[in-house]
Amino acid sequence: MTSSRATKIDRLASVAARGPEYEVGPEGRGSENGHDAGVSLAASAWRRLRRNPVFIVGAVVIGLFVLLAVLAPFIAPHDPALRLLEDQVSRANNEIPPPQDGYPLGGDQYGRDLFSRMLLGSQQTLLVAALATVIGLGGGLVLGTLAGAFGGWVDSVVMRIVDVLLSIPSLLLAVSIGALFADQSQFTVILAVAIVQIPIFARLLRGTMLSVRESDHVLAAKALGVKRRAIVFRHILPNSLGPVIVQSTLVLAIAVLDAAALSFLGLGAADDSTPEWGQMLGNAQDFFDSQPHLAFWPAGCIIVVALGFTLVGESMREALDPRQRR
Amino acid sequence: MLQLALVVVVLSVLIFGWLRMLPGGPVSALLGDRGTAESRAELTEALGLNDPIFVQYFAFLGRAITGDFGTSTGVSPGKPAMELFLERFPATIELSIAAILIALIGAIPLGYLAARRRGGWLDNAGVVGSMIGISIPIFFLAFLLKYFLSIKLGWLPTGGRQSPDIDATRVTGFFVLDGLLTREWDAAWDALKHLLLPALALASIPFAVIFRITRASVLDVMDEDYVRTARSKGLTRRIIRDRHILRNAMLPVVTTVGLQTGALLSGAVLTETVFSWQGVGQALAIGFERKDFPVLQVVIIAAAMAYVLVNLLVDLSYAVIDPRIRTAQKVS
Amino acid sequence: MLQLRVARTRRTALIGLAAALAVSLTACAESERESGGGQEGGTLVFGATGAPSNFDPFYASDGETFRVTRQLFENLVGIKPGTAELEPELATKWESSPDGKTWTFTLREGVNFHDGTPFNADAVCKNFERMYGQTGAGATAALSYYWIENFGGFSDGANPSLYKSCSAENPTTAKLELTRFTATFPTMLSQDSFAMQSPKAMDEFQANNVKAQGDSFVFSEYARLHPTGTGPFKFTSYDEANGTIELARNDQYWGDKAKLNKLIFRVIEDETARKQALEAGDIDGYDFPAPADWDSLKADGFNLQIRDPFNILYLGITQKNNPALKNLKVRQALAYAIDRESLVKSVMPENSEVATQFYPASVDGYADDVQKYSYDPERAKQLLREAGQPNLTVELWWPSQVTRPYMPNPQAIFGAIKEDLEGAGIIVKPISKPWAGGYLDQVEVADAQLFLLGWTGDYNSPENFIGTFFGTTENQFWTSGSPWGQQLATAIEDADSTVDAAEREAKYQQINRDLMSKYLPAIPLSHSPPAIVVSPEVQGLVPSPLTKEEFAAVSVSSPE
Repeated sequence: MTSSRATKIDRLASVAARGPEYEVGPEGRGSENGHDAGVSLAASAWRRLRRNPVFIVGAVVIGLFVLLAVLAPFIAPHDPALRLLEDQVSRANNEIPPPQDGYPLGGDQYGRDLFSRMLLGSQQTLLVAALATVIGLGGGLVLGTLAGAFGGWVDSVVMRIVDVLLSIPSLLLAVSIGALFADQSQFTVILAVAIVQIPIFARLLRGTMLSVRESDHVLAAKALGVKRRAIVFRHILPNSLGPVIVQSTLVLAIAVLDAAALSFLGLGAADDSTPEWGQMLGNAQDFFDSQPHLAFWPAGCIIVVALGFTLVGESMREALDPRQRR
Repeated sequence: MLQLALVVVVLSVLIFGWLRMLPGGPVSALLGDRGTAESRAELTEALGLNDPIFVQYFAFLGRAITGDFGTSTGVSPGKPAMELFLERFPATIELSIAAILIALIGAIPLGYLAARRRGGWLDNAGVVGSMIGISIPIFFLAFLLKYFLSIKLGWLPTGGRQSPDIDATRVTGFFVLDGLLTREWDAAWDALKHLLLPALALASIPFAVIFRITRASVLDVMDEDYVRTARSKGLTRRIIRDRHILRNAMLPVVTTVGLQTGALLSGAVLTETVFSWQGVGQALAIGFERKDFPVLQVVIIAAAMAYVLVNLLVDLSYAVIDPRIRTAQKVS
Repeated sequence: MLQLRVARTRRTALIGLAAALAVSLTACAESERESGGGQEGGTLVFGATGAPSNFDPFYASDGETFRVTRQLFENLVGIKPGTAELEPELATKWESSPDGKTWTFTLREGVNFHDGTPFNADAVCKNFERMYGQTGAGATAALSYYWIENFGGFSDGANPSLYKSCSAENPTTAKLELTRFTATFPTMLSQDSFAMQSPKAMDEFQANNVKAQGDSFVFSEYARLHPTGTGPFKFTSYDEANGTIELARNDQYWGDKAKLNKLIFRVIEDETARKQALEAGDIDGYDFPAPADWDSLKADGFNLQIRDPFNILYLGITQKNNPALKNLKVRQALAYAIDRESLVKSVMPENSEVATQFYPASVDGYADDVQKYSYDPERAKQLLREAGQPNLTVELWWPSQVTRPYMPNPQAIFGAIKEDLEGAGIIVKPISKPWAGGYLDQVEVADAQLFLLGWTGDYNSPENFIGTFFGTTENQFWTSGSPWGQQLATAIEDADSTVDAAEREAKYQQINRDLMSKYLPAIPLSHSPPAIVVSPEVQGLVPSPLTKEEFAAVSVSSPE
């Protein structure tokens, strides 16, 4: 008997097995695209997505966020690491620099320009989220393929380990991993968040591959004598991709949130000269009463970005699997 | 069951080795800035930390069999780790149950109403709200609640499980329940007030998830043939709602509650830290900071066990509720 | 049930229905209190920063334990409230033989332990014999830290001990024999660990029954449940599920009885949570408010008291791993490169002072005329050139996950020092590790090149500062690697064993001058004062520079 978390992953994985013949419209009436034989799952999902306002809002948020991350170095007025306003900082009187000319949000607790830090924070935040997801996905790919390809006892051993890892609550695992490193840096945060995702991706990928391999249209293609390579590239891969993209998008949101949580628990990167929103929020906790804006800015950004990824991820899941609106 | 045993064995090995690979350790935590090379060496020896790691592990196993899981060095120094866990576990359970209750009581009716008026303002607000609910860092939400409701408005206490000047009798370790059992109404009320804010913060994620599950499964069920049949038979809305829609829509919700156990345990680490809640989550956070190996070992293994057990129970109960699953599993 | 229980809700901020219930409860508690005959009364809830390790002060070395045991126990000699000066406590007077090896203590009469047994010379000797007779786990530095620091070895003779014997001349006269003279005696007896405990209770509850067991120590029943002293408060209970320690007034106390009925310590680990608990009225005060909160606490009407600084923060220099640091000129260059005035002003809390030597001015042997290193980056560069190290590269270590009274914000201090050193052309490689997660591990065995660390004094004695730092050559600074390391240790030992007070003072002053000009094994940075904060209803709390506050004279006026 597997845990419910595993069941949930398996359900997402099984989506890939459904060929176009299973397609039903968003309202279950199966009208326009239900019988479009030959249209891949992804294409029909995309058609539904384009008209979903939830998806559009999420996509716009993500688009702006990525754009900001790319442009940040060019629009940030100051170096985020320099304590430019240090003379206005007084620990004794609990003063930090107020908003002023050239510094629209004022300074942070060390006299660095908060506006520049917020702008450049988008870069690190995107980096943490993206790298954590890529590492998680990569690790999952290796484990999942290993299990799927060898089968037999390798499969059982790998999947048992994956199940054990899945049975540890995710933040606990991340905290344990975060505590493992002597030198706390942005990279250890990324690793801690990423490793937690590996078992999830592993199970998802293995399940996806198995179900696609045995799905009717792949079997049919095999029976028709379609070449193995063509089957892999035309059928198995595209259809496996959907659940992975959905899960990755959701993991992007989780990564942003988990990085903040690690920082809050004192396991964030020790060096904060390159800003990251989660770290800024975690470090602002001591000033929450006296300087709430130090927390509100990064918190607001984190919420918006996590929301963006969640909106996109959830609407994609819904589009892929219209029977499961959850 | 096999999985449970496997989880415990594998985890105990992993965590034992893992913790000892961490830089620093109880020696630094105990001696602090008063340590010297000499006193450090002496203490390392006294605590048996010089032995090879497998010797340490088997010594630990040997003691664990006799019920001795080590003594806390940092969280509550000198206290047996198992005792500390058993004392703090009810606190976390109390908090989690309260959070789940808040989520269930609030989210199920909301989800139902949202589904019945699909596309209405309640539906839209609910969907957006639930997305925000899972996108907000839980510790930040906890801070917001504490800042506004207890510091600015002074309605509720800022932390802890009970006012220290309440002289309450302990029975079960669930403070609210204890107050009710012993008829110490003031103690129960006081504990309840302490419970409310952390439970609210912790409820944010299950609330969002349960809302969406309820909404989705009510939507699914409303499309089912038996509901259409019932409608065409001219049954009243109430009977349709109670007998057909709600009952069938509740199945996925039951699973979801199980699914949320892990999220609750993770959230508890953060919530308990913000609200000084004396539970296992706080013990974990402090334990990591002070390298309290025995406490970390017991708490992580026990938390994983609890997690697997709850999921097992949910799977079992799901099978009991839904006959289709029962037969399906027999077939496979 | 309701009638039997005493509910002491001082600040009932109840709403709705419960308000009525609470009012009736408070009323019934109130009436019971009056009939009970307490005169001043009241309950004080004080926020502690962590759980105590146990309640036997002899086995403790942490402030959280002492905060509690200080209210329960007394020592032969005490500290005058608000100062670092000695005053009589359980001994009314003491005198020594000319060689300073035999000390006769005249004991206070009519003092009883909480269990009713009398305090007398017999009890004094039993206490010392117990401390001296520790074996096994009890004899390790983790438990008997203060004994080992001050007296050295135990009765097993493995290490030389300062203690020789104790004899009870008559019930009110105890004679202590020492193996040598030390200037720290009897001041050292004022430390919390050397409290007088009830021999009967220690026997009954097996106080010495402490053992090391897989990663940790198991304390005796005495240490967990039955601490028995002579102090103004008695131990009631430790509710670990709720994190509260409850003490009650000792009505048989020999001196001025405590004003409070009850004293409760509530453990709140999180700094922000402590502040919020005070603001919400959940607690009446707490120790070590973060300097960032000082102003807002004062503005909100809380009584924030800043103690006199009795600590030192230094930039440690280890000569082991970077040969360049063996050169005095390089170390002096570091000292000139750091702008300590600005560090104290912009980073350290209010009332902090620049440290010119390794302990604050209130400690004996302080020298005004030590060599001072005022900020001079050009001089630093020049010294580096002279030393042949114009491109000096150093590792600068700083700890995360910690705040100490002498180091309220390690990251900010690190940032300031890094910038200063870079300003003098030094290449700085920052290394950060968690306090208990690798930092102390390596700093305390001299693996860090430059590092931030400090010390809070236990009592007024140079020995407690420079003796701890440089009294042996096996230390964080690796002074054993320097020709003068042994010389310095010998000089400190010599000063400590000088019987004549004036001569001793001169010797310590000379050591301080040499430390700053000839040796410079580390760079003293600052003395920063820790604060304590209580609500306006709390009266009579005298802040102690040693952070040894006693709550006997404290009272709470009820706001109702």
